[in-house]
Amino acid sequence: MSWEVVIGLEVHCQINTKTKAFCGCSTEFGAEPNSQTCPVCLGMPGQLPVLNDEAARKTILTGLAINANINLESKFDRKNYFYPDLPKGYQISQFAVPIVEGGYIDIPTKNGEKRLGVTRIHMEEDAGKSMHEGLDAVSHIDLNRSGIPLMEIVSEPDMRSADEAIAYLKQLHQIIKFLGVSDADMEKGQFRCDANVSVRRPGEPFGTRTEMKNMNSFRFIKQAIEFEVLRQIEIIEDGGEVKQESRLWDSVKNESRSMRSKEEAHDYRYFPEPDLPPLRVTQEEVDAIKAGMPELPNQLRKRFETEFGLSAYDADVLTQTQSLAQWYEALVAAHPANPKQCANWLANELLGRLKELGKDITESPVSAQALASLLDRIADNTISGKIAKDVLDAMMESGKDVDTIIDEKGLKQVSDTGAIDAMIQEVLDANPEQVEAYKGGQDRLFGFFVGQVMKASKGKANPAMVNQRLKELLG
Amino acid sequence: MPFRSLSDIQNQLNAGQTTAVEVAQLYLDRIKQYNNDLNAFVHIDAEHVLAQAQASDAYRDEHEARPLEGLPIAIKDIFCTQQGPTTCCSKILEGFEAPYDAHVITRLREAGAVLVGKTNMDEFAMGSSNETSAFGGCKNPWNTDCIPGGSSGGSAVAVAAGLTPAALGTDTGGSIRQPASLTGLVGLKPTYGRVSRRGIIAFASSLDQAGPMTRTVKDAALLTSIMSGHDAGDATSVSDAPNFDWLKACENLDMKGLRIGKPKEYFIDGMDEEVRAQVEAALKTCEELGAEIVDISLPHTEYAVAAYYVIAPSEASTNLSRYDAVRFGHRCENPEDLEDMYARSRDEGFGAEVKRRILTGTFALSSGYYDAYYLKAQQVRTLISQDFKQAFEQVDVIATPTSPIPAFKSGEKTEDPLTMYLSDIFTIAVNLAGLPGLSQPCGFAQDLPVGLQWIAPAWQEDKILAAASAYENATDWHTKSPAKFGGES
Repeated sequence: MSWEVVIGLEVHCQINTKTKAFCGCSTEFGAEPNSQTCPVCLGMPGQLPVLNDEAARKTILTGLAINANINLESKFDRKNYFYPDLPKGYQISQFAVPIVEGGYIDIPTKNGEKRLGVTRIHMEEDAGKSMHEGLDAVSHIDLNRSGIPLMEIVSEPDMRSADEAIAYLKQLHQIIKFLGVSDADMEKGQFRCDANVSVRRPGEPFGTRTEMKNMNSFRFIKQAIEFEVLRQIEIIEDGGEVKQESRLWDSVKNESRSMRSKEEAHDYRYFPEPDLPPLRVTQEEVDAIKAGMPELPNQLRKRFETEFGLSAYDADVLTQTQSLAQWYEALVAAHPANPKQCANWLANELLGRLKELGKDITESPVSAQALASLLDRIADNTISGKIAKDVLDAMMESGKDVDTIIDEKGLKQVSDTGAIDAMIQEVLDANPEQVEAYKGGQDRLFGFFVGQVMKASKGKANPAMVNQRLKELLG
Repeated sequence: MPFRSLSDIQNQLNAGQTTAVEVAQLYLDRIKQYNNDLNAFVHIDAEHVLAQAQASDAYRDEHEARPLEGLPIAIKDIFCTQQGPTTCCSKILEGFEAPYDAHVITRLREAGAVLVGKTNMDEFAMGSSNETSAFGGCKNPWNTDCIPGGSSGGSAVAVAAGLTPAALGTDTGGSIRQPASLTGLVGLKPTYGRVSRRGIIAFASSLDQAGPMTRTVKDAALLTSIMSGHDAGDATSVSDAPNFDWLKACENLDMKGLRIGKPKEYFIDGMDEEVRAQVEAALKTCEELGAEIVDISLPHTEYAVAAYYVIAPSEASTNLSRYDAVRFGHRCENPEDLEDMYARSRDEGFGAEVKRRILTGTFALSSGYYDAYYLKAQQVRTLISQDFKQAFEQVDVIATPTSPIPAFKSGEKTEDPLTMYLSDIFTIAVNLAGLPGLSQPCGFAQDLPVGLQWIAPAWQEDKILAAASAYENATDWHTKSPAKFGGES
């Protein structure tokens, strides 16, 4: 009998505000330890939190983007535990009434789109960072991160494979970046994931779950889930029972280990944060936030397919980031005749070359205008598509414009009938046997003649005209 | 001289009859003379006091005097001050110096006040007798065998013994009003949200409110008018609070048409009979001044103390988590590991009452007990608020005794926390409902002061001030001061 995998995900995502969630300290990454702190985020006596409205606004925007309900009144709670990098001894979070509830994300699967539920999004503050390295038996604490605003996005246990989990995460990551609510840089820990994993026989109730903590790469998350699924199946098939626990993924050893059992789990003693009144927003404010929402990846993809006739694949590639989609639209605006050709040249030619250089679209040495000019020269038969690829190489390297490169290198396409006829005659004269064979019925030799002519012209002959004239001259 | 009100001193300063330095010196001398015995102040820096007074005199030479120009005010050790230590009278904050002033302190400084020093208090404001202070208790100047009440005991003693004309306190369950009552002063707890809590060390955040302890009603109004107002740095400070002219509210001299509610739950068996008699007599005076006394009921009063002793410790248990020996405050010697550092530092740093409340609160918030304790207590809190709301449909203000008993002997209740908790039986409900409350002197029982408590609807301190001013004008209890310290009783 087969096993069914059940996965639910919790994502901690740093909200990109200029200042922290409850004080005026900077959120800049990478500053001197403890240089971005104040009495509030240091948890000094008598200090009080004041909510950063921008964090709430961005959480609401995220909620709207995943089709969720916005609670016009939400509440803050204290989550209590002792740890040296948690200055107040509690984290301000939202427990009983989060700001966002009940949304969903659609992911593509082999059997069409699948809708995955999002239970809630709540705001909370990050803790500081403890560093235990070194041999001096002393831990060091950096509180620059203390009080940085986070949103925790909690999914329903709707995913049935590691691939679905990754598809959900990638979709969410993309939405968040499109919205501009987070830089979501996974290496900087701005988008971290806990995965709740269990297995069951299809149709049976949920099995006991384990929680894989704090993963910040799609690859590790996939590996960790797959490892955990096999581990649980093995335990059950050996007649054992899965223990409810938190586990840590070791990306070096490619295995997970137990971190904390259910019995050792904290009692966080959640209760309403008395220092902060309930967070109230009006429907008008929510509507205003909604009105300012940018086009989301899914909407863009669909529009690219219908408006520009792109394939699902190309539409997907070109909507990976907002800047790429905007670049594509600028390209089409400058060369409106053929949006599909624009897509091919951007997706296959330019992105390929950028990838080799380790650059992304925002760093492209060739602008959308410049690439459009190149496509214009193909369209007006100044150069062939093949030559155009060489021209693009030259543009990437020198930054010069299309026409300059064509002039300098003498790449202008030959479309003069007389010149082409002369070249054809030369080729036919040089290959009498092949001419004889072609006329005897060996049609496929036609391609041979085309190739020879193109070669003789160093690729500059207009291929369509070569075809046409060859047919006529060969009779 | 030492028992002058703030307004008297202000008049003398304005008339050029004295200077801020002379005034400050007078009180510094008295502090030197009496503080060793009374233990009202725990930190005092005479040089800093005189420097402020000199600066105030200089300011007055050049500018128009500010509202509190040159007036000495003592500060409960719960307010963070940039100058000198702030310890909340706890060993865990031994040597702590705040790098900031509490918002209220900033307001006082900007109004020209001279801050006299830090006064004794129950540790983290947890107590009703000032006996839980890490610096030891302080003595009631009316009878030095007795406690002055708490937690703002030091502030009460300092004003009552004429070591300062006014002081700041904080009131979480009666900590301004009860000691004011037990030492014969005026003490006002404003409406929750009227005064910023920023920079005041938190005990129970949803109940804490700062207020003045003074010799007269007008002085209390003057100080509150400066202390209060919106602070963007405290999300619970109300931005559009109804306001009024605080001093004008004190000009009222009769009670014509005033309906005073007399709740039966505040005149109970077991309370001191002399206290009852004094408060009844005070109400009689009010009647003579034109008030109508209306018998009312606040039916959920009996649950207030129980609800309070769930809510306040719950909030305190997490407010006090920041005292973890990591960034500031007391740290034990040679901790073995993190757990040991936490456990030993907190064990050494906190006193017995504070530990008792941290444990109570931790328990009440624990998973499995939350609904039965914290949630239930919050429900009681709602009922108590409704009681008041209904009562205020019938009456303008409510009058009660502040404390069921006068000051008791030091050590008398320290072994029995439950009896101690009952000292606040008449003050706690006001905090739970977030209402303003004021205690003023209304006589003596066993030669110890008795307090009359006024309660008004939220934001209507003006009603309290009007009633209390009229009563004060008709009586002379506020003019009494303990003979042993040079006063007239």
